[in-house]
Amino acid sequence: MSFKDKTAIVGIGETDYVKGSGRSEVDMMLEASRKAIADAGMKPSDIDGIIPPPGYTYSEELAANLGVEDLRYAATINMGGASPNAAIQHAAIAIASGVCNSVLITLGWNGYTAMRPKPGQPPGRSAGIAVLNNAIQGFYLPYGVSAPVQMYSWLAMRHKQMYNTPDEATGHIAVACRKHAHLNESAFMRGREMTMDDYLASRWVSEPMRLFDCCLETDGAAAVVITRADIAKDTPNKPVYIMGAAEGHPYPADDIATRPDPFRIGLSFATPKALEIADIKIHDVDFLQIYDCFTYVVMLQMEAMGLCERGETYDFVKDGNIELGGHYPLNTHGGLLSQAHVWGLNHTTEAVRQLRGTAGASQVKDAELGLVTGWGDLGDGSIVILRN
Amino acid sequence: MTNALPGTSPEKLVFPDQSPDTTYQDFLRNNQFCIQHCNECQNFLFYPRLCCPHCSSVDLEWREASGKGTVYAVSIVRQRPEKGGDHNVVLVDLDEGPRLMSRVDGIPNEDVKIGMKVKASISVNTDEDGDTRMVVFREA
Ligand SMILES: [Zn+2]
Repeated sequence: MSFKDKTAIVGIGETDYVKGSGRSEVDMMLEASRKAIADAGMKPSDIDGIIPPPGYTYSEELAANLGVEDLRYAATINMGGASPNAAIQHAAIAIASGVCNSVLITLGWNGYTAMRPKPGQPPGRSAGIAVLNNAIQGFYLPYGVSAPVQMYSWLAMRHKQMYNTPDEATGHIAVACRKHAHLNESAFMRGREMTMDDYLASRWVSEPMRLFDCCLETDGAAAVVITRADIAKDTPNKPVYIMGAAEGHPYPADDIATRPDPFRIGLSFATPKALEIADIKIHDVDFLQIYDCFTYVVMLQMEAMGLCERGETYDFVKDGNIELGGHYPLNTHGGLLSQAHVWGLNHTTEAVRQLRGTAGASQVKDAELGLVTGWGDLGDGSIVILRN
Repeated sequence: MTNALPGTSPEKLVFPDQSPDTTYQDFLRNNQFCIQHCNECQNFLFYPRLCCPHCSSVDLEWREASGKGTVYAVSIVRQRPEKGGDHNVVLVDLDEGPRLMSRVDGIPNEDVKIGMKVKASISVNTDEDGDTRMVVFREA
């Protein structure tokens, strides 16, 4: 029994994406959730499943604030940045199996403010990455490695040397996301030009990662509502059906250093399963919303999903292939690199707009089939395939 | 009932009485770089674990590593001088098999290359919390 096409995303909601929200994470998540529920044409009490992020809040807290009296399904996914995307699979399974009818997924955080604490400010809540604490605290931190950019930089360096990956491969990814951000009124980098030369001239953060290889740090929240296909038919917007989804974890997932093949990431395991469930081929999709905490991470995912062979990302991304008008427009909202960082739930809201046909200036012509990925916790991956 | 998993017969299912991380540090304090060896599948492992990631056995024995290895990947972390300045971070393949994170001392960051043969030593850092020890490498 498969959950293919048995559920649909029917509501999306987002707060403004800002640097310095002055609000609590829960406050922002409740705003995004209320908007998503209203967008679905539902009342908060119609929600009977909640998947909150790993940290910042709890299902019970959201349920109490939303007036959800009958919470039948409450789960938390511990996959770091991949959690909100992986949550879509869990929602689809729970609904398709009859456990509940309508699931709310939300993520909100102060990704900018929390990194820049001010005296007198109440402390924010933290995210749960307990799964990684052993390796990071015991065996990474002593070597001055604490930030994800540092942990992924050897992967990138190894890739560059193994496959002679040119800097322009990741440059095209950064530039495409920036170009798309110019079309999006809610994109943080809208109007701030970045050419390939600007990219190549940006300073090193952790070689070979440059400043423009790294995503934004922003505050904000997003939410989506998923419901059963027969309920979806009677909602106000065009339903966006979940054709397939899967998650995957590299081995060993809790330590990046010891993996025999460091380019065998979570998505390497997840993609064949998701494609099998959806009964499509990877090249059938009309657009790509790929988790872009770093350009190099986008590259690893493209290759792991089989969009191109290993070491051949440059040929895949050049000549406008991943820009609007190309074959595989990437992150049409600007992505984490140039719109905002809400753990990729903004990739899902954008995919829904594309498949509703309401993406405005960044609309992909005749979009019918879209792909959204998540990445987190040193390479955990998730993939969702959506159709209208 | 037979034991399908290696190393899970009752007499072998004995977990250590302290965390393997602590044991690793105890060896470092004794100036020994030790890693675990799986007596069931004969693989070496790192970082320290309770079960072998290759075969799930708990029959793990501490052995002194040769310290010989090869640089698998390298990155230079760029930092302002007041934050400690630039430093390299490497992944090293030990001759015994496991790969671990470390740094290469004694040569400029830019000279650390993939494929370089390196040899381990134990570095002592002293701060207000006392001594902490870590494995670092030098060009072999
Ligand atoms: Zn073993």
